[in-house]
Amino acid sequence: MGLEDLHHNFLTGRLEDLVKWARRNSVWPVTFGLACCAIEMMAVGAADFDISRFGMEVFRASPRQADLMIVAGRVSQKMAPVLRQVYDQMMEPKWVISMGVCASTGGMFNNYAIVQGVDQVVPVDVYAPGCPPSPEMLLHAILTLHEKIRTGEITRRQGTAPQRPEELAGWVPERPDAVRVGTPR
Amino acid sequence: MTDGKRTATEPAQPAHPLSFETSEGPQELSPRTDTPPDELGREVGAVLRLPESGAEGGPRDGDLDVERPDDETMIINMGPQHPSTHGVLRLMMELDGETVLRTKPIVGYLHTGMEKTGEELTFQQGATNVTRMDYLSPLHNELCFSLATEKLLGIELPPRAVWIRMLLSELQRVSSHLMWLATNGMDVGSTTMMIFGFREREMILAFFEKTTGLRMNHNFIRPGGTAADLPDGWEDDVEVILENVSARLGNYDELLTGQPIFRERMEGVGTLSADEALALSATGPILRSTGVPWDLRRTMPYLAYDQVEFDVIIGTYGDNFDRYAIRLNEIRESVRIIRQVLDKMPTGDYRVQDKKVTPPPRARIDESMEALIHHFKLFTEGYKVPEGEVYVAIESARGELGCYIVSDGSAKPYRIHIRAPSFVNLQCLPVMMHGGLVADAVATISSVDPVMGEVDR
Amino acid sequence: MSTDVSPDSPHDDPTPDGPVDAAVAGVVGAHVPVWRSIDGHEVVFVDRGDYHRTAEALKASGFEMLADLTAVDYLRHPARAVADGVEAERFELVVMLLSMAQRRRVRLRVQVPESDPVVASLWDLYRGAEAPEREAFDMFGIVFEGHPDLTRILMPEDWEGHPLRKDFGVGRVPVQFKAAPGPR
Repeated sequence: MGLEDLHHNFLTGRLEDLVKWARRNSVWPVTFGLACCAIEMMAVGAADFDISRFGMEVFRASPRQADLMIVAGRVSQKMAPVLRQVYDQMMEPKWVISMGVCASTGGMFNNYAIVQGVDQVVPVDVYAPGCPPSPEMLLHAILTLHEKIRTGEITRRQGTAPQRPEELAGWVPERPDAVRVGTPR
Repeated sequence: MTDGKRTATEPAQPAHPLSFETSEGPQELSPRTDTPPDELGREVGAVLRLPESGAEGGPRDGDLDVERPDDETMIINMGPQHPSTHGVLRLMMELDGETVLRTKPIVGYLHTGMEKTGEELTFQQGATNVTRMDYLSPLHNELCFSLATEKLLGIELPPRAVWIRMLLSELQRVSSHLMWLATNGMDVGSTTMMIFGFREREMILAFFEKTTGLRMNHNFIRPGGTAADLPDGWEDDVEVILENVSARLGNYDELLTGQPIFRERMEGVGTLSADEALALSATGPILRSTGVPWDLRRTMPYLAYDQVEFDVIIGTYGDNFDRYAIRLNEIRESVRIIRQVLDKMPTGDYRVQDKKVTPPPRARIDESMEALIHHFKLFTEGYKVPEGEVYVAIESARGELGCYIVSDGSAKPYRIHIRAPSFVNLQCLPVMMHGGLVADAVATISSVDPVMGEVDR
Repeated sequence: MSTDVSPDSPHDDPTPDGPVDAAVAGVVGAHVPVWRSIDGHEVVFVDRGDYHRTAEALKASGFEMLADLTAVDYLRHPARAVADGVEAERFELVVMLLSMAQRRRVRLRVQVPESDPVVASLWDLYRGAEAPEREAFDMFGIVFEGHPDLTRILMPEDWEGHPLRKDFGVGRVPVQFKAAPGPR
């Protein structure tokens, strides 16, 4: 039972907006800092680049209580099952930001030890490149995620949600797939 | 070529996502009844804790407690994802109620194959790889690698390059210790300390960004010198940083050192004796907290550390509080060193002028064909380093950081090995935690200051 | 032993660089070749059989701390420089010892053959050798006799192969727009 199951009509439209507003303004990350990117993630949590203004300073240690997993750092072969396990323990709705190039594609470590892209293990919503991405970059990624939540495109995540046939026939996306975030509204 | 892969003994699809267990088999702690007595003795640190009287080499009876049945103790697993901010360290602890008996750190969750990658990168590119090992003090890694390469090349650096490196190295030490203060405060529960530590650290990172171009993982200290000169007005920037850091150290003293709860939590916890530290090859603040005055900057100086005055801070009891106090005071000493560097910074080249090693300045590439060719060759093929092997060690924020390079005469290292201080210091953890409470586990891990990037490489 | 070095190198001849300290030579025994390396440390080419005994003697003479222990796989560079009378093998175990009182280091280089990669463990002398020896085992497959817990430390337990050996591929994944995997 979630937003996806709600039958979309004129009456429930405002309700959906309310729920999406609540969801995007209190995304709680789970502590999944792995390597250098984790330090920049902590810097985002600190005073200079405060994510508390977005309601996100509460890094929950327990994945059951978290909404967002920021995979910050390189994922090694030994760590990949742990990553999947933590992701599975999170409750829907959940999102994943792949922070840094090592998490996105394996980065500069194209070798036996690093999983080449965390999207081999978990579905990713936003990729944030950089080595490490500066805190501003991570904030941009977070705001992109908020946009995704706001526009509802998140409910049509590829491969996981069953797609209703009437939606697919002749469906043309109103906005391009890459969500462009200018100044968030 | 054989590539490693997992054996096909695991089920392809687990029955339920939550039933999927990660197991590292023999790397984990095994139950008491499965462990032979001498192994048990080793794991409780008994072989190191010499008996006060009687035959030497034997553990005291109280320590070992082999007769205790299995169901009185509990083996719990902490990590690799856990609230402590110190990275992907997995700890298995055997508890008797709240008391920790045995601890086994399981590492490897951040293994990146950096030593293998290092064999594929040229010496010019090597600093980018090495810098990501100890990601809290990347300039120290680069410095160690550069010093080792320069020994192999047999080149002498101009004085300004040496002093710039020293300035950056000490600023990096301040930044790393501030980060430690922040995360240690957070681990013991003081969120204020976390915010304070990051506040100062941001000032230093802003200076690094101005000088090197990046906040972290700079790739600035390269074999031959540094990548660029210090920017104009750097003296003022550094002055501002020093003033702020010095003033605010007093704040931290008030917040933490004078606070009874902090002292109760840190004093007497995680104690280590000097003999144990030496036997376990601990270096850095851990060794100094036990009273051994060993600091490579003083005892085996590199760069220009013999030309600046600073004190080596040592502790007495080898407990968490000593390590905290040492790191706090090392910030003060580093500030002292930086002040002297400000006064004594020589003018001149920021890198050696050997055309075979140093790329030409970018402006020259537009003018001179030879400069363009040199630049091209250096950045595609790299420079050939004479055959040989060297080991160079520096004092990083965590201890002795060593770099062992074997060169076969080509442009890429044949073997590069980094002696990571945290990797060796982690061996102290079981001995420190034995007999303590499980609630102190996080504080003890924090005081060892492991950086998993360099533990696992 | 001439090598392909750049013409500007001052180290055309990678043999001993200055007089070797008599004290170290005295401790390890006259029959053991000792060099002075360009980083100022004595390098002792000790035989596999004498390895543990030599380390014990060095420890007794003041080298209290084991700084590091690692290995090198010389499969692709078998003609590296070793002292006269030392038979070069595929693996070489390199041990760095540190004397705080004398402020100096000594390096032991032990040749380990591929067919029988077994060496004595230094754990009983230096407790701090536990983790580095496990790493050498994990990465190279060198077995340390007398080590209390010789399991893999960096790789997952069920990993096959020893990654830092030269015949173990880097494991590079082909990247779009680049021709083929392989060393750069």
